Amino acid sequence: MAEPQIHHLNGNDRRPKVLMLNQSPTFALFPSLFTQKFRILKAWESEQPLDQFLAKHARSVHALLGDRHTVVNAELLQLLPALRMVTVTCTGVNQIDLAECRRRGIAVANLGGAYSEDVADFAVGLLIDVLRRVSASDRYVRKGFWRSKGDFPLGFKLGGKRIGIVGMGKIGIEVAKRLQVFGCSIAYTSRNKKPSISYPVYSTVQELAESSDAIILCCGLNDQTRHIVNKKVLSALGKEGVVINIGRGALIDEKELVRCLVGGEIGGAGLDVFENEPYVPKELFALDNVVLCPHRAVHTPESFQASAEIAIANLEAFFSNRPLITPVTND
Amino acid sequence: MAAQQNPIVLQNQTDDLPLLLIHRPPFFTILPLTHLLSRHFHLLDPHLQPPSPSHPLPLDDFLSLHAPSLRAVVVVGIHPFTADHLRLLPSLELVAGTSVGTDHIDVAACRRRGIAVTHAGYAFTEDVADYAVALLIDVLRRVSASDRYVRSGLWPVRGEYKLGSKLGRKRIGIVGLGRIGSKVANRLRAFGCRIAYNSRKEKPSVPFPFYSNVCDLASESDVLVVCCSLTAETHHIINKDVMKALGKEGVMINVGRGALVDEQELVRFLMQGEIGGAGLDVFENEPNVPRELFDLDNVVLSPHSAVITPESIESMTKLVLANLKAFFAGEPLPSPAQEDQI
Repeated sequence: MAEPQIHHLNGNDRRPKVLMLNQSPTFALFPSLFTQKFRILKAWESEQPLDQFLAKHARSVHALLGDRHTVVNAELLQLLPALRMVTVTCTGVNQIDLAECRRRGIAVANLGGAYSEDVADFAVGLLIDVLRRVSASDRYVRKGFWRSKGDFPLGFKLGGKRIGIVGMGKIGIEVAKRLQVFGCSIAYTSRNKKPSISYPVYSTVQELAESSDAIILCCGLNDQTRHIVNKKVLSALGKEGVVINIGRGALIDEKELVRCLVGGEIGGAGLDVFENEPYVPKELFALDNVVLCPHRAVHTPESFQASAEIAIANLEAFFSNRPLITPVTND
Repeated sequence: MAAQQNPIVLQNQTDDLPLLLIHRPPFFTILPLTHLLSRHFHLLDPHLQPPSPSHPLPLDDFLSLHAPSLRAVVVVGIHPFTADHLRLLPSLELVAGTSVGTDHIDVAACRRRGIAVTHAGYAFTEDVADYAVALLIDVLRRVSASDRYVRSGLWPVRGEYKLGSKLGRKRIGIVGLGRIGSKVANRLRAFGCRIAYNSRKEKPSVPFPFYSNVCDLASESDVLVVCCSLTAETHHIINKDVMKALGKEGVMINVGRGALVDEQELVRFLMQGEIGGAGLDVFENEPNVPRELFDLDNVVLSPHSAVITPESIESMTKLVLANLKAFFAGEPLPSPAQEDQI
């Protein structure tokens, strides 16, 4: 599709260049929001191999627009010596080598808290589903078992449950806010102390799991949090315990989780993310005490529009030498 | 000697516990309830008659046999307890229900005979409210549908599943702002939803906009949550006009009674895409669910389980016992069924 003529003043395209390596759903849904302000260099549309394409633009590309699939590592950054800013239309930044970006003076922006409410809504939905067996009983009814087999086994009351939140950032806070109204009690563990938050805090996930009926993973994925839910934590959670993951698959030792679920060593799980998406361990398909979703926690039409607007705002700020709107911090 | 699970018939009674009739469907019982009650009462259960030379007595004969001494009955689940049953029990003075609703009990006939009726009060309120919210999140965010998608192995093959719809800022219309409706409202406010309601009467102390008829409420709502009790007035309160007013994107959640909704009409609307989706825990003819719904991805179905958790069964059990003890002691009943429950 031809670029809009309006941006060609005196034959010159004044729009700043922004590189994209892969097509993201956000861009695909709202291309003109981006193209009216920026000249998007679409690596995936070029006939050239990637390194040649990058070499061609290496000296003039200062900004990269990506999503959760855009791997920004040292090898890539080596090919983009003029890069000064990366913005991603997602919350997670585990696909970006943040340390390398810092070393090279490259600013990184994500979506800030834009998705926090949607993700929190979904986390609560997953928790209630697992505890009250919503999806399992929907399956039961659709198979005609209500008529032939009678009542479905009971679920468990939500009120009074002790919920352990792993990572009390923007998402964790929204989850806690919702679950309190259901009569749950909240405790948490977080990388940084949160003096303004009054819930009980534990130093480790294991200790949190020991005192919780359900844990909800709301933290980002990095070297410290990889497999933060491991065999010991699952054991501490116990036979009735539930784990909900709306963060990243690799927060959990997935093999161990599957073993525990199949062996009845934990009570259940609600998983929106997996270590090797879109592949989900098949052993889970036969279990009634798990709910499996294909990385949906953020995805509503409104969230895509919000993510486009925030990415654009960050890009505009960058190109006008203003501070980024939602820079990634250590929080 | 207290009766265990197999109560002995009247002639062999060796305790002097008060007699209590258990009125339940043949294959359904609530064990924690009967266990607890058997410690305080001598249970008579027509489905647990001991083997005898003749067959177990048919229900009518069983009731007639024990009638003179029967002052109280526990009606389990929503098993119908009718004027015909009352006729066989001339000494009856109390009907203790285990459910919140009393539409399966001929309450009017009971009142005419001066028979008190108790229900499960607020034992289940939170569980029902929690489940209503769960159904709403599930329909809007497609939780069960995407779980089905993953289990069918389609994620690697077909890629991303359909988008759901954001909860925040959605306009929720609560039909029946009683105990359950209020708890649903409070929960949904924490998700950033906006609440309005219809109720038999406006409630001045409530901060939500009131609509005097359900159609008007529906036309200003994205989601209707039906929480009211079933009465002659509320039968099919969700009808064709209401569904039309709710619209193509509208969602309906029903945790009340199946007959609150014109089910045939709902199925038609869903099949034709005239309504956005539905979360249904109750149906007009349980356990029969219209088969057309089984193929729809925008509905979530559950087998009347919104009330049921072990914890709420325990609360209900204690409440039923409290009602029975109060009755036999001549004290005020903790949870009499109200004429107007909303």
